[in-house]
Amino acid sequence: MYKEICAKYAPTKDNLIYILHEIQDSHPQHYISKDAVTAISEYLKVPENHIYGVLTFYSMYSTSPRGKNIIRLCESPPCYIKGSENILRKLKTILGVGVGETTKDGKFTLELCACLGVCGNAPVMMINEDVYGDLSEEKVEDIIEKVRGRS
Amino acid sequence: MAKNVNVWIDGHHLEVPDTMTIIEAADKHGIYIPRLCYHPDLPPTANCGVCVVEFEGNPVPKRACCTPVAEGMKIHTNSKKLRSYRKTLIEMILSNHEVVCPTCTANNKCELQTLANNLGVDPDSLPNILVKKEADFSSPSIIRDPNKCIACGRCITVCNEVQTVYALTNSDRGIGSEVTTAFGMGMAQSPCVNCGQCTVYCPTGALRERSEIDEVWEAILDPDKHVIVQEAPAIRVSLGEEFGLPLGSITAKKMYAALRKIGFDAIMDTNFTADLTIMEEGTECVARLKAGEKRPLITSCSPGWIKFMETYYPDLADCVSTAKSPMSMFGVLSKTYYAQEHGIDPAKIVSVAVMPCTAKKFEARRPELRDSGYQDTDYVLTTREFLRMIKEAGIDFAHIKEEDADEGMSFYTGAGTIFGATGGVMEAAIRSAYTLVTGQELEDIDIVGVRGLEGVKEATVNVPGFGDLRVAVAHGLGNARYVMDKVREGLKATGESPWHFIEIMACPGGCVGGGGQPYGNDIASRARRGLALYEEDKSLPVRKSHHNPEVTRIYERFLGAPNSPLAHKLLHTNYFKRSISNGQVVEEATHKHH
Repeated sequence: MYKEICAKYAPTKDNLIYILHEIQDSHPQHYISKDAVTAISEYLKVPENHIYGVLTFYSMYSTSPRGKNIIRLCESPPCYIKGSENILRKLKTILGVGVGETTKDGKFTLELCACLGVCGNAPVMMINEDVYGDLSEEKVEDIIEKVRGRS
Repeated sequence: MAKNVNVWIDGHHLEVPDTMTIIEAADKHGIYIPRLCYHPDLPPTANCGVCVVEFEGNPVPKRACCTPVAEGMKIHTNSKKLRSYRKTLIEMILSNHEVVCPTCTANNKCELQTLANNLGVDPDSLPNILVKKEADFSSPSIIRDPNKCIACGRCITVCNEVQTVYALTNSDRGIGSEVTTAFGMGMAQSPCVNCGQCTVYCPTGALRERSEIDEVWEAILDPDKHVIVQEAPAIRVSLGEEFGLPLGSITAKKMYAALRKIGFDAIMDTNFTADLTIMEEGTECVARLKAGEKRPLITSCSPGWIKFMETYYPDLADCVSTAKSPMSMFGVLSKTYYAQEHGIDPAKIVSVAVMPCTAKKFEARRPELRDSGYQDTDYVLTTREFLRMIKEAGIDFAHIKEEDADEGMSFYTGAGTIFGATGGVMEAAIRSAYTLVTGQELEDIDIVGVRGLEGVKEATVNVPGFGDLRVAVAHGLGNARYVMDKVREGLKATGESPWHFIEIMACPGGCVGGGGQPYGNDIASRARRGLALYEEDKSLPVRKSHHNPEVTRIYERFLGAPNSPLAHKLLHTNYFKRSISNGQVVEEATHKHH
């Protein structure tokens, strides 16, 4: 599978980021395994340690398996001032996991992230590609229920 | 085209090429700018900021390591403001560092410790925020302790850019950033070849050898064990530095005296098996040349190089001499020939090697190197560990009375001793191979074309009856990669290698620059140590391996002849293909001859 994804791109170093993205997105657990890095390394002729350096530098890549849905709560100052701490506590309670952890049913991974660029609606979180703003503890509960129902 | 520019550093006028950085210009003219991540042997990474300097007419201080000189620059290196910057930087580094100086292996050699001391840093100015991480003990050669790492990046530079081994990298970012291997698998599960150049360039004690001192003391103190010791050529020209003797002092006889005082039962010398290696490898080389072999013969002494070859060039494994390294030849002979000659049960023999090398620890543990019926070499001490033992034993090395080694596997020639410098094995081999081919003696035995620190050296030697013998010498694995690529290309294109005979050493400068050598192991020191080996070569009564009387004796009494069946069984080995991903054996690359 990794080889097929690699083959869609020219074997040049500048394609590393794109290949990493596609491999992560196409993996049911949204992460990049060592085997994937070995395959990319062979294809691009870039050493594995270099690829590992790149993929751990960017926060959007994960080197460990994650849930089906990835929650990324903004921890930047505007959201913090508007109470993101309470939202985080609520999320931890509902999901029963800490930051960076995945729920037992494999449905959610809870992560923190830097500013999502919608400070007007702070506090803000993203679940996968969707942005949720003006969060309150009640709202969070609804959102999680809905997403859980969908998946 | 470089042109000269005028700059003023602290009021001194210098005229220097515009290709230089400020720190290079200052170093060249004896002006010291404090630095931490910068090392003159390595390209700058500008990680630490300690080398900041100020400019007249420019309010922004810049890092001297990565700022080129420019016409008219007026540079100040030591203002109150700069001292305060540097102090703050060191305080910040110390606040995230495990400060255990008295017991650290780098104590008194640590560049962070020296800077903190020189700059008058207050250790309590910032609280220590270090979150302890687990050290990597996976490798038999090298320990990586992230708690002492200051993220200077030198190990990464030397591993990736000089050695092209691609084991170490920087992971994550910010405070979570760490020097590690891919997926944090540990050095033993990476392409690391154990060369130990990372331990040489680490400014602190974060990278160091895995010590076997305790095991060796234990063996020495065990009355049932007969502990035999060998020392590599490079050791004898490196020990004196630690005790205030001039760089490049030849201290072979002080070394023997110290070993005896420490309590080893038999003091022998790796230089003897270096001579033996020449007989085995030289005979192999001559046989190949006579057979018109188009593939080259490549030396096999350097264990860092061997693992590198197994990882990156397994397709050329058949070109590498099957001869074991001098250390491993000694190991197997200590439990066969030596045991037999002295009537000692080999089960009671503990074979210890003092090596300038961290990769030798890995080599000693190779499962195939047990042809004596036991692990051929039991323990490997680096030069640094041996120095610690000398100090632990309270020996005044500078003044210890010189003594000889024990007789037997200790006699060596000038050819054996130059093994420790890049080009030395080649030169030693030519001195004997010439005789093996022509039956005549080579008159001018100083083959200067293969000496010195140029990364890849080439020479042609006219051998009557054969023609021009084309040789190449590479030291440092980046240079080895260059040579091996040329060989691979040549074989692919024309079926012929550009050279008949190639010497490769993993470490820049050869063994004198090995990963186990004393701190202060920069290129300049390696050059001086190498010269000392050539001085010793010149001073010795016998300078060709085939004239070593103990070598003659071992063939007469035990081995028969070079490349005899017994020699093949004990002194030769085979190689493996390894995974680039994790360094583990995939399959045999060559088979052992029986």
